Amino acid sequence: MSDEVLQLRSVSHRFGSVDVIDDVSLDVNHGEFVAIVGPSGCGKTTILNLMSGHDAPTRGSIERRAGSRMVYQNDGLFPWRTAGENIMLGLRHVLDPQERDRQRRDLLALIGLDGFADHYPHQLSGGMRQRVELARALAANTELLLMDEPFSALDYITRLRMRHELARMLAQRPHTVVLVTHDMGEAAQLADRIIVLTDRPARIRREYRIDLPRPRDLTHPAVVRATHDILAEMGLEGCGANGNPPGSEGLREDSGWTGVAAAPQTSDGGRLR
Amino acid sequence: MAVPVSARPYMKVLPLLFPLAAVAVWAVCSHNRVFPPGSVPSPMEVAQGFREELVRGRLGDDLVASLFRVFTGFTIAVLAGLPLGLSMGLQLRLRDALLPTVNFFRNLSPLAWIPFAILWFGIGDVPAIFLIFMTTFFPVIVATAAAVTSIPKVYFRVADDHGLKGAELLWQVTLPAIMPQLITTLRVTAGLSWVVVVAAEMIAGRDGLGFLIWDARNALRPDLLVVGMIVIGLIGVAMDRVVMQLTRIPSVRWGYEK
Repeated sequence: MSDEVLQLRSVSHRFGSVDVIDDVSLDVNHGEFVAIVGPSGCGKTTILNLMSGHDAPTRGSIERRAGSRMVYQNDGLFPWRTAGENIMLGLRHVLDPQERDRQRRDLLALIGLDGFADHYPHQLSGGMRQRVELARALAANTELLLMDEPFSALDYITRLRMRHELARMLAQRPHTVVLVTHDMGEAAQLADRIIVLTDRPARIRREYRIDLPRPRDLTHPAVVRATHDILAEMGLEGCGANGNPPGSEGLREDSGWTGVAAAPQTSDGGRLR
Repeated sequence: MAVPVSARPYMKVLPLLFPLAAVAVWAVCSHNRVFPPGSVPSPMEVAQGFREELVRGRLGDDLVASLFRVFTGFTIAVLAGLPLGLSMGLQLRLRDALLPTVNFFRNLSPLAWIPFAILWFGIGDVPAIFLIFMTTFFPVIVATAAAVTSIPKVYFRVADDHGLKGAELLWQVTLPAIMPQLITTLRVTAGLSWVVVVAAEMIAGRDGLGFLIWDARNALRPDLLVVGMIVIGLIGVAMDRVVMQLTRIPSVRWGYEK
C-alpha cells in the first residue's frame, strides 16, 4: 500500500527570474488521494505540470512510476467532437474497435450520460462536461490522475455534486489522485492527505491527513474542522487559543482527523496533535 | 418543440416586402415621369431587357463566365492562403517575418492591380482570376493566422496528452478548432470576390456580368444596366447562402452558439 507512485525530491522551479516552487519534497503513494491547496498564483498548477512531466524542474528530481492523465480546470473537451468522440480520444490506446466501443459505453454509463454520446459539449451543462472530461481521463486507464481545479468553473451546487460523483467513480475505478484546488472544503471532503502551500515561491507549509472513507459530507465534523484548520493556517479564519473552532473539543478522538507538521519551517506545527 | 423563427410562414414573405414596395414606388414614379427623361428605365423596360438578354442567351453565358472566374480565383487563393496562414499561426518567426508584407497587400485595393493584370495577362479569364486571387489571398492568410493564434492552449495540451502529433494534430485539432472562424472568412472573401469580378470584367473582359454592365453603358441601354445589377446582386446573395450552409455542419456549430 505504501509503494510510491510519485516522488518529488527537493524540487524547485523558476520561470525566468521568478521562483515559483522552492524545495518541495513529497511522496504520493499508490491509491492515495492527495490534495494540494494554497493561495491562487502560488504555483499549484506548476507542480502538476512538473508531476505530469510536461515541465522539467529547475532543481531537484521527480520520479513517476505510473502513467498519468491530466483533468483540466476549464473546458479541455474538444468542442468539435461529441461527448462520445471525446471519450474515444482517451481510448486511443485500445486497438480493437469493438472493445473500444464497449469501453466507451461503460464510461458513459459510469458518468451517467448514457443517452448523451452524440451531444456536443456546448449542448451539455457545465457539470456534464466536466463528467465527460473525467471519463476521458479515466479512459486512459493510467494509475495517476492529476486534476487541476477540475470543478472551479462550476456553480456551487454542481461543484458539491461533482465531489460525490468523483468519490463514486473512484470507488468503482480506483486511481491515485493529485488534486489541485483552492477550495479547502473540496480538499477536506475528498483527500486522504492535504498539502497546504505557502505564497510564491511555494513551499509545503503544512500537511494534514484525514482517515475517513469517502464520500464524506461537507458538514461532517472532521471535514468542518479540517476546513477550519487549513483556513486558519492560511490566516483566512480567526482561530481560538489552540486553533480549534468552538465546540469541537470532543471531536478530536474519533474524528479521524490529524494534522501533521510537514516541514521544520512551521514552528507552530504541533498545535493540532 | 418550438418552431424556429426562420421556419414560420411569414418569415418567407417578410424579406420580400421591401423589394416589392420599392419596385412599386419605382413603377409609380416612372409612370408619372418623376425622373428626368432617359435617366431611369421603367420596370417594364427592364423586364423587356431581361427577356431580350435571356433569349439571346448572353445573360447565361455572362453569368457562367463570372462564376467560373470567381470560383477559380477564390479556390486558388484559399488553397494557397490556408496553408500559409496555418504556418504563420503556428510559427511565431514566420508570422513576424511575413505579416507586415501580407498586411501591405491586404490593404492595397485589388483594383490597383487592374493595369498590371491587363499588361501581364491581356483580356479574358486570366486577369479576372488574378484580381480575385489578389482580393482573397491576403485576407485568408491573415484570418487563418489569427484564428490559429487564438486557439486555446489547453487544446494543444490535451492533444499532447493523448499523443496527437503531426498530420493527426493538424486534422483533428488545429483545423477543426479554426473551422468556425474560417467559414466566416470564406463568407466575407467570397462576397469580396464577387464585388471585384464585376470591376475586373468591366475593364479587362469581353464577357461576364461586369462586361454586360459596361456594354450596356456603351450601348446607352440603361434597362440592360439594371438587369445586370439585379442579377449581380441576386447571385451575390445566393453565393452567401451557399457558403452559409457550411455553418450547419454539426462539428462547427459550437462556434456559432455559445
